[in-house]
Amino acid sequence: MITFRGRSIRAPTNLTRLVLLTILSVLLIILDHQGQHLQRIRSTLALLAFPIQLVAALPMRVGTAVSDFFATEHTLKENLETLRTERLELLDRLQKFEVLEAENIRLRDMLGSAARVAKRAVAVELLEVSLEPFSRRIVIARGTHDDVHVGQPVIDAHGIMGQVTQVSAYRSYATLITDPGHAIPVMVNRNGLRTLVFGTGDQDTVRVPYLTASADIREGDLLISSGMGETFPPGYPVAAVTHIVNDPNEAFLEITAKPTARLNHGKQVLLIWQDPAAPAPMRSGAAGAKPAKEK
Amino acid sequence: MGVDTQMRGRLTIYTTFAVALLLAVIPVPNWAEAFIPDWVALTLIYWCIATPERVSVGTGWVVGLILDALFGSLLGQHALALTVIAFLTVKLHLQLRMFPRWQQAVSVLILLAIGQLLVIWIRGIVGQAPGTIAYWTPSIVGMVAWPWLFVVLRDVRRRGRVT
Repeated sequence: MITFRGRSIRAPTNLTRLVLLTILSVLLIILDHQGQHLQRIRSTLALLAFPIQLVAALPMRVGTAVSDFFATEHTLKENLETLRTERLELLDRLQKFEVLEAENIRLRDMLGSAARVAKRAVAVELLEVSLEPFSRRIVIARGTHDDVHVGQPVIDAHGIMGQVTQVSAYRSYATLITDPGHAIPVMVNRNGLRTLVFGTGDQDTVRVPYLTASADIREGDLLISSGMGETFPPGYPVAAVTHIVNDPNEAFLEITAKPTARLNHGKQVLLIWQDPAAPAPMRSGAAGAKPAKEK
Repeated sequence: MGVDTQMRGRLTIYTTFAVALLLAVIPVPNWAEAFIPDWVALTLIYWCIATPERVSVGTGWVVGLILDALFGSLLGQHALALTVIAFLTVKLHLQLRMFPRWQQAVSVLILLAIGQLLVIWIRGIVGQAPGTIAYWTPSIVGMVAWPWLFVVLRDVRRRGRVT
């Protein structure tokens, strides 16, 4: 018995609580799915979650620190040598690239279309924690405090990794292109054929569902971002086609591809801030900012 | 029961939940993900069987909400699943206490699977459901882990004098 304003009432039974909390959960889910209404609740909860995440990331950090400490001079020298060679090769390619870029800008000027290039890219550290099983997301150790925003592309040295989908003050969550809820507009590098790439939940496959048997696509084709939808900058590698199955009973080809970015390696990723001169990403509420939903 | 022992009991329960949450987000390689049981749900089931007057539906909801914040999943998703698990466990706690350990483990499998089913429904509705059959293995691993976890948590409970 509980007394409430002088009257004694029975404590709610478990069934009542279950019903109330279920309704509350469903409301939360709907609100959270609709958009960013729950930002305040999330940041409060993030404060609770923060120490747990820090402690969870600790063993990995200690491990790295220990292995760094015991790195021999030999390995360091070897690393240095590889980095030097790589740097020379990259510098060589950069020389050609600069000429090409200038030429490209001139050509675009003549055509009257604005070049859209990434404005700046910053290497940020990942927080080594696992997330919900069978979702493909990562935690970035930066947040609104460092100007990270929802819909921002995340890449690594080899291709597009995904996009930022949730931001709090010092943490943000990015959804990878392999997440079952993610889609990215691409084109075939060889001939400019445009299509979409969907995640599967599997760590190194994505699928390309909407191409018919007449489409000009081969195994080994490189898919690059087309820049449509304006979330991702155009021209970055996304995935390479690994397997094409043409089942006559199906309307579309069954195409699987492998992401070019190394989604499961490395402790750092690159966050891209796109050129503000380019048309702003479409963001009506949060609908445009969330990863594209499969129809 | 004095206030002191009650406080101490509460602290013990909170600590086990904190450890379970920690285990849920500790980094593992991708291939191992399917073999990690749902520690939080298992801990919740244990306390709901042992002390249903302390840990029940409300606890499940709060812990689930923290788990959602940690996972960055839709808020309310795991909260809902753990609420239902807690409700069913409390409802059945007298039978569950009587069961031999293996039968208990099978019941735990069913409870965990119900929780997973709710989560995959919600993820399916928002279009992010994983398509792999491996999604269900954590429940089976949870069943295998149950007898050991039961012994460990019983020890913790006795040491912490939680009644």
